[in-house]
Amino acid sequence: MTRRRARPVRRPAGPRLLIAVVLALFLLFFVLPLLWLVLAATKSDEQLVHGNPLSFGSWHALRANWAALTGFQDDVLLLWLRNSALYSGLALAITLCVAVPAGYAMAMTEFRGRRVLLIATLIVMLMPTATLVVPLFLEVNAVHLIGSMWSVILPYSFYPFGVYLTFIYFSTAVPKDLLAAARIDGCSEFGVFRHVALPLATPVVALVGFFSFVANWTNYFLPYVMLPESDQMPVQVGLGTLLDSVPSFNPTVGALAVERPQLALATLVAIIPVLVVFLFSQRFLIAGMLAGSTKS
Amino acid sequence: MGFAGDRVGSAPRRSRTTCLFVAGYVVLLAAFGVVPTGYAIYFAFTTADGAFTGFDNFATTAQDFRFLPAVEHIALYLVFWLALLVILVVALALLLHRLASHGTRRALRFLFYVPGALAGAASVMIWLFMLDPTVSPVAFLLRRLGYATFGEVIAPGHLPLLFALIAFWTGAGGWIVVMYGALNNIPTEVLEAARIDGAGAWHTAWHIQVPMLRKWIVYMVILAFAGGTQLFVEPQLLSQASVGVAGRDYSPNQLSYDFAFQMNNVNGAAAISVELLVVGLVVATVFVARSGFFDAE
Repeated sequence: MTRRRARPVRRPAGPRLLIAVVLALFLLFFVLPLLWLVLAATKSDEQLVHGNPLSFGSWHALRANWAALTGFQDDVLLLWLRNSALYSGLALAITLCVAVPAGYAMAMTEFRGRRVLLIATLIVMLMPTATLVVPLFLEVNAVHLIGSMWSVILPYSFYPFGVYLTFIYFSTAVPKDLLAAARIDGCSEFGVFRHVALPLATPVVALVGFFSFVANWTNYFLPYVMLPESDQMPVQVGLGTLLDSVPSFNPTVGALAVERPQLALATLVAIIPVLVVFLFSQRFLIAGMLAGSTKS
Repeated sequence: MGFAGDRVGSAPRRSRTTCLFVAGYVVLLAAFGVVPTGYAIYFAFTTADGAFTGFDNFATTAQDFRFLPAVEHIALYLVFWLALLVILVVALALLLHRLASHGTRRALRFLFYVPGALAGAASVMIWLFMLDPTVSPVAFLLRRLGYATFGEVIAPGHLPLLFALIAFWTGAGGWIVVMYGALNNIPTEVLEAARIDGAGAWHTAWHIQVPMLRKWIVYMVILAFAGGTQLFVEPQLLSQASVGVAGRDYSPNQLSYDFAFQMNNVNGAAAISVELLVVGLVVATVFVARSGFFDAE
């Protein structure tokens, strides 16, 4: 008690000020671009160039930007958003159904091939997904699935990091005796998982769900290769199409020009779903990440 | 630890259930991990007609005039990105940890982490604007540095640093949270003892806290390295936005894409993919084998 109270008194004010300044500068670095993005969406291109970069434009300009954006190629932006939601959502559902039982089985039971599976998972988990994009294209091409939405959903569903997280969770946080007790009470093997293990694992399931959703929503390379038609693109790839139509970035644009504030608005719209999910789950997430880090 | 359950549940029943539990994952692992890897290796060592050619595809791609520059670009980018990441993430976590107010620490951790939700094309879009002196909120800084136009800011020599900056913006927050968590795990008695021995903040950080973070720093570097070799969306979108200042063959992954889809040489594309895979695998394996990080069992 006394030690704690003594600490701040002994610390000199100079370094404290320096720490505050450094942290504030980094706060600006991380937050300013986002703040700018939100404000840019409310301006006309004219205001964006000549006004104060951190001023609010007008609701009128925001509505005009939205109208122009949705007018771009017959509401294609909404279609892209729908595609993103469909691909990420379906992949998320498959990931959870597949990864959680697998992590559970690997943590709780001895079976032949378990070690091989575990090592393969660790290795694949450390290999970034982009490495496999061109090989995946060759494979999917061989079975004539290019252009099908399953050509991105199924690869997204393969999420070794999720298996690893659940594996760690079950092997450290759930005592095997608890499951054994449930078995003695006459629970089936599936019943033990469903009624005992799964409820205990809610935090880690949510964590896996969040990471998988964000990873899929923000993926660019795989859908860029697999789904070249505009009406199949997820919004991330769609942003690239919009970028091509902004005259100040691409002077060869003809009649279908998109103005910069509209591109900013599209970017904002593309990240809102992730931000919303993130804001709702952030307490949970940080707790989960810290729980993971206490493992060392 | 003998489990009563071993006697109760019949062994065949249990192993059947286990099979069911891992079956879906095994199928996905095979279809989207093992098979594409095998397929890429097959393509990398054969011609378009399927005849074995040894290392011809590797030689062809390595002799391509864009190959060495792409490797150089990625190497330079990795140096900047890893240096920024290690130095700043560790420093920021240490500084955050020293703050007195619990609320401020939490708020800062959260705000640093927010851009992490915006990987992919969205973060590149934001940075295209940040780097354009006509609209950027830090235009005064860019002008002070002597850059009046977007083209001057994204001159080819600046790209490795700029990509590192974008990667840091999106990636650092998560790692700060992780490092902060690891710092919290250092027993207060250890830090207390150091203080009593007369260690200042700097000494404590350098001789006690940083060594205890080592495992996490290694883990971060490995993942950041493996991810960094895959650079694609940043140079791809930048080349779109800059009318070719950054080529469409800036990174090895772009080059692989180009071989497959522009030059119709999937074998060459596969050879580059295999090289990236080997780098990724070697790093991953060394890490799994040497670090003891995954000694969860």
